[in-house]
Amino acid sequence: MDTISFVMQQTFFFMIPLLLVALGGMFSERVGIVNIALEGKMLMGAFTSIFFINQVQNSDLAISGQPLLVLALLVAAGTGVIVALFHAYASINLNANQIISGVAINMFAPAFAIYAARIFGDTQQVFFQNQFHIPSVPFFGSIPILGPLFFQNTYFTTYLGFAILFFSTFVLYKTKFGLRLRACGEHPQAADSVGINVYRVRYAGVLISGALAGMGGLIFIVPTAVAFNATVSGYGFLALAVLIFGAWKPMRILFAAFFFGLLQAIAAGHSGIPFLRDLGIPMQFYSMVPFVATLVVLAFTSSKSAAPKAVGQPYDKGVR
Amino acid sequence: MKKRRFSGESGLSVLSSGVAVIAGLVVGLIILLITDASQAFPAFRSILTFGLQSSRNFGEVLFFATPIILTGLSVGFAYKTGLFNIGASGQFTFGAYVAIYIGVEATFLPPAIRIIASLLGAMLAGALWAAIPGLLKAYRNVHEVISCIMTNWIGIFLVNWLILNTIFDAMRNSTRHVPVDANMPGWGLGAFFQGDALRPSSVNSGIIVAIVAAILVYIILEKTKFGYELKACGFNQNAAKYAGINEKRNIIFSMMISGALAGLAGALHFLSGAGITMNVANVLAPQGFTGISVALLGLNNPIGIIFAGILIAYLHLGGFQMQLFGFVPEIIEIVIAVIIYFCAFVLLIKLFFANRAKRAPLPDPPVSAGPPPGEGMDPPPDER
Repeated sequence: MDTISFVMQQTFFFMIPLLLVALGGMFSERVGIVNIALEGKMLMGAFTSIFFINQVQNSDLAISGQPLLVLALLVAAGTGVIVALFHAYASINLNANQIISGVAINMFAPAFAIYAARIFGDTQQVFFQNQFHIPSVPFFGSIPILGPLFFQNTYFTTYLGFAILFFSTFVLYKTKFGLRLRACGEHPQAADSVGINVYRVRYAGVLISGALAGMGGLIFIVPTAVAFNATVSGYGFLALAVLIFGAWKPMRILFAAFFFGLLQAIAAGHSGIPFLRDLGIPMQFYSMVPFVATLVVLAFTSSKSAAPKAVGQPYDKGVR
Repeated sequence: MKKRRFSGESGLSVLSSGVAVIAGLVVGLIILLITDASQAFPAFRSILTFGLQSSRNFGEVLFFATPIILTGLSVGFAYKTGLFNIGASGQFTFGAYVAIYIGVEATFLPPAIRIIASLLGAMLAGALWAAIPGLLKAYRNVHEVISCIMTNWIGIFLVNWLILNTIFDAMRNSTRHVPVDANMPGWGLGAFFQGDALRPSSVNSGIIVAIVAAILVYIILEKTKFGYELKACGFNQNAAKYAGINEKRNIIFSMMISGALAGLAGALHFLSGAGITMNVANVLAPQGFTGISVALLGLNNPIGIIFAGILIAYLHLGGFQMQLFGFVPEIIEIVIAVIIYFCAFVLLIKLFFANRAKRAPLPDPPVSAGPPPGEGMDPPPDER
């Protein structure tokens, strides 16, 4: 039982950022904009927010603990939005190649993070004190079985992640705005013909994706590291795989994120799991598992693609 | 008439790449000025001129250009055939591992044969690694960008494990050194580019291999039926299929050739004789991603890629000097990222002028016929 709850707690650390970033990718691709730049947005969000935490913790400001994390999340989301603006402008206004613009952002982000960290601090790494860990949620943590599984050794961001998931599902399927989002990714000309401003809706989708990806960056770094070192370990790309595996639908994305989170948790913590430790499989193979699993899953699920119809295509009003 | 328009268009291509480079450099200068205005101009001058300050420096530029010309060719070749090979990094790593393994272990072969075996082995390894996304794309409709991202990470973990169990040097946490005689021969290039200090530079016969590879890729793509079929698949897969081209087979071949080029890049990088070994670290090989920049800047043209590779290497070498002025070398990465961002528009700018040029020769030319290609660099039309 202890092992199971340990794995479950670890799974959340990996799953929640993947969930948020993949949901971000969903908002972008559902309006028709390919978002290979998730990694760059995550990285920039993580950088500015960890730097913010670092500065606050080294100052006289009396903000700490959960309020600080909330502020940092806002910083991360804001950064993601700013980075997303560049992607949005290139791909919506200028009809640029969306993959190339994404590659540029992914190249820019780590270089900028190293540059800025060296300018404002002395080292490439940005350290922070983890004051955000919640050993046990009051009341819920003491519930037998469920307590250790879901409410111990956790962060409030875990619950925030689920809240955003449910909110996203509601927005996407139960609101006028969500219908418009989906229409612009499936058939923008049709959406335009009924008076929807395709450009504005696409901007909204890409900016939401930036905010979620930025937050995902912070949520990934806080439980898994003691410092930010100009990388989010390819999680932005993994989130892209989660998005595709999740067939661009929120609840399936949840399932996909859980699957990947579990594999990552096992990969990261296999030495702490007695059964796996005894098998003696080299560490590298555990690291490979999530990526191999993605390939296998995609090989079996891609033949009928669930991608939004207009994804990757610049919107051209003149096309019928 | 037709010929002239073509040359006008390729002139336009070079011009629009030039605009992207200038935009990147301007952003770089602004960052330098914000960081430390007093050192900004000397540092910027160093970026612009360092590679040409002595013949030795230019030799170093060619040395750094060698692998990225090849990864650039890898990405560019795939792009011409309608595939985006973001997996050059993994193919590079695999090729590098096989090349080093043969160089270290195949001591029974005479050195010259061993070098050739290393290069061929590296190309085969890169090709096989790239065949995975190719097969998945052809038969299972998996988008190659996603499968390439996955094979990059799988590749790095697998190669780390292979190194640890075969040619590992625990002292330096990397592969063992390839014996000197199993490295690429210098062919006197290092001595030719030795500068005033009379210290030979690291450039070696690898650059010749890279240039020959570029010419071969050009010939395959532009002068052979095979290349025509590959490109036809890239333009329109369904039309190619309808014309009787085996599009599945061609996708796999495209990826494999692309992977072979990236694998060769790995071999030439580590067999350069400069004493570079491959570290065991969970870091993707940056050359694969630089290759994307090189290909985009070279407009996916094999000959353009040679020059783009040299240009990017030139900027990188200038970037290494930034520390002398108190700046971080990553500024160059920012500059290159900005160049790539503008490259996304370059295609658009080209398209804009191409459309106008196409419209112009109509019997009754519309009033809005644009300036002749290359004369004006108007911003792309905002279609809002």
